[in-house]
Amino acid sequence: MLKIKNLHASVEDKEILKGINLEVNAGEVHAIMGPNGSGKSTLAAVIAGKEEFEVTKGSIELEGEDLEDASPEERAHKGIFLSFQYPVEIPGVSVTNFMKTAINETRKAKGLEDMPANQMLKLIREKSEMLDIDRKFLSRSLNEGFSGGEKKRNEIFQLAMLEPKLAILDETDSGLDIDALRIVANGVNKLKSKENAVIVITHYQRLLEYIVPDFVHVLHDGKIVKSGGKELAFELEEKGYDWIKQETVV
Amino acid sequence: MMFENNIDIEHPVHDVRVDAMKNFEMKGFPSKKEEAWKYTSLNSLQKVDFSIFPKEVNALEYKDVKKYFIHEIDTYKIVFIDGIYSSYLSETTHDGVDICLMSSALTKPMYKPVIDVYFNKVASKDESLTTLNTAFSREGAYIYIPKNKMPKKPVEILHFATGNESTLMLQPRNLIIVEENAELQVIERHQSLTSNEVLTNSVTEIFAAKNAIVDYYKVQNNVGSASLIDNTYIDQKDKSVVKVHTFSFGGKLTRNNLNFYQNGEYIDSTMKGVTILGEKQHVDHHTLVHHIEPNCESHQDYKGIYGENSTGVFNGKIIVEKLAQKTNAFQQNNNILISDKATINTKPQLEIFADDVKCSHGCTIGQLDEEALFYLQSRGIPKKEARALLMYAFANNVLQSVRIPELKTRINKLIANKLGVNLGFDL
Repeated sequence: MLKIKNLHASVEDKEILKGINLEVNAGEVHAIMGPNGSGKSTLAAVIAGKEEFEVTKGSIELEGEDLEDASPEERAHKGIFLSFQYPVEIPGVSVTNFMKTAINETRKAKGLEDMPANQMLKLIREKSEMLDIDRKFLSRSLNEGFSGGEKKRNEIFQLAMLEPKLAILDETDSGLDIDALRIVANGVNKLKSKENAVIVITHYQRLLEYIVPDFVHVLHDGKIVKSGGKELAFELEEKGYDWIKQETVV
Repeated sequence: MMFENNIDIEHPVHDVRVDAMKNFEMKGFPSKKEEAWKYTSLNSLQKVDFSIFPKEVNALEYKDVKKYFIHEIDTYKIVFIDGIYSSYLSETTHDGVDICLMSSALTKPMYKPVIDVYFNKVASKDESLTTLNTAFSREGAYIYIPKNKMPKKPVEILHFATGNESTLMLQPRNLIIVEENAELQVIERHQSLTSNEVLTNSVTEIFAAKNAIVDYYKVQNNVGSASLIDNTYIDQKDKSVVKVHTFSFGGKLTRNNLNFYQNGEYIDSTMKGVTILGEKQHVDHHTLVHHIEPNCESHQDYKGIYGENSTGVFNGKIIVEKLAQKTNAFQQNNNILISDKATINTKPQLEIFADDVKCSHGCTIGQLDEEALFYLQSRGIPKKEARALLMYAFANNVLQSVRIPELKTRINKLIANKLGVNLGFDL
C-alpha cells in the first residue's frame, strides 16, 4: 500500500529525514519508535503532505501512485489520515459540522454527491457509540477546551468517520491516562481490517501493548536503524534507546 | 463641498444648530495632521460635490429591500430613504414606549422636556463632523423607553440610498433614551442600492439610566461606493450595561467614533467588533471609554481580517480619572493580514490617573496559523475552505455575545459570504 523509498526531507535547509525506506502492506500494523528528535513526527507530517517540509530526494507512493505533487487535502482524499499529536482548536465550528465538511469535501473530490443528512447522522451515531463518545461532545466546538484525552479520542473519532486506507497515529498515547489509552487503542483495533493499514508512532512501548504491531522500526537521526517484530519494542523498553545509538555507531 | 441654504430659523433647536454651524465653519473637515485622523483621509470625499438634501422623495418596495432587514423576526422599523422617513416601510410605536422619528420629537411640544434634557448633551460640541451633523441633520430615530419598560421586539434603523441622486450626503441623527431598569435592542444598517457615491455622517446619542440594558448592533456591509462616518456617544449611569457590536464587512471608507462616558458606579461598557475587508476598503475604529467614577468595567474586543489592498485602524483610548478607583478596563485587538498589501495600524492609548485599577490591553497582527491550516487540510478540507474556517474561528468569540439568534445567523452568513466559501453548513 505505502512504499517509501530513500526519502530525504528538510526544513529550512536542515535535513531531518536522511534516507527512509519503508513498505507497509494492507492489513499490517507498523510501529515507528525512536528517541526525541529522531524524525518520527517529521516522517508522519511528510507522508501527510505538510508543505513546510521539502522532500529533497526519494519518493512516497500510495497504491503505486507517487504523492510528490499531492496537497495535504488530496492525500486525505486518497486515503491518508494523520492523527495529530497536538490537535488544533477551532472555536465556533462543532465536531459534527467539521466532520460533515470533511466528509463531503472528500466525496466532492471523488465526484460524489453530499452524503444525505440522515445517513450522516447514522454514521455519526454509530461511530460515536463505538468509541463511547457522549453525544453532547459532538456539538461542542472542535477541540476547544477539550482535555488531552478528549482531543485524542476525537482524533480517533475522525479516523473512524473518514475510514482511511492508511492511518498514521502520531504520539497518540502522549498525555493519556491508562483508561483513555485503552479507549483510544480499542477504537483503533475495531477499525483495523485486511484492507487498511496503521502506522503507530510512539516513544514508549506502552501503547503497543494495546495496538499490537506486526513490525517495529527504530528511527534514529533520520534513518531506520533497526527493524523487527513486536519483541523489538520490549527490548527497547528494557534497554532504552542508548543501546540502539551505540549499535549504530559501531 | 457646498451646503445649500435651507435652514429653518423657527426650529426649536435652531440655536443649537447655529452654534454647531459656527463651530464647523471654524474647524472644517478633520485633516490627517490631526492625531485622531492620522490614518484616515477624507480628502477624496471632500472632492465630491455631495447633494445635501434630496430633490425628490423616492419610494422603495418592501420585497426589493426585504433582505436587508432581519426579516426572520418581528421588529420595530424606522426606515429612511435618501434621508427621508418612509412610513410605508416603517413600523413605529407609542404603546408604552416611543419608537418614532427625530423630526417629530424635535418639533412636537410634548417631547420638549425630554429634548431639552438630552438632545446634543452627550454629543461633542467641538468635534467637527459631529457639529456638522448637529447643524444639518433633519431626521433620524427617536427612541424613549420609560422606566421598567422593554419594547416587545428589537428596533431596526435602516437607511437606504436609492442612487437617484448621483451623489448624496446623509446626516442622520438618533436620540435614544433608556430609563431606569429599562431595556432595548437596536440593529442599525446603512445600505446603498446602487454604486452612486454616498457619504453618511451619522450621530447617535444614547443615554442609559440606572440599571438600563442596551444592546446596539451596527451592520456595516455597504457597497464599495458608500462611506460612513459614525459618531456614537453613550452616557451611562449606575449599574447600566451597554454593549455595542460593530460588524464591518463593506463600504469604501468607514470611520467609527464610539465614545462611552461612565457617569456612575458599577457600569459595564462593552465594545466588540468583527472587521473583514478586501479590495481597497478602509475601516477605522476609534473607541473612547471615559472611566469617571469608581467600580466600573469596560471590555473591548475587536477582531480584524484584512485582505487585498484593504487598510484598517484601531485606536482604543481609555481614560481612568483619579476618582475612578477599582476600574477594570480590558482591551483586545487582534488582526490577521491575509495579503501582503493590506495594512493595519493599531494603537492602545491609556491615560490612567487612579492607582487601584486593572487595565490590560493587547494587540496582535499575524497571519493564519500554518499548523492549523495543515490540520484542516489533512482532513480533506481544501485550502480555501480551511482558511475560511480558521478565519471564522478567529472572529467567532465576538459573536457569542450577540443576543438576537437570527441576527447572529445573518452575521455568520455575511461572514461566510465575505470569505467566499460554502462550507456545507451554516456557520
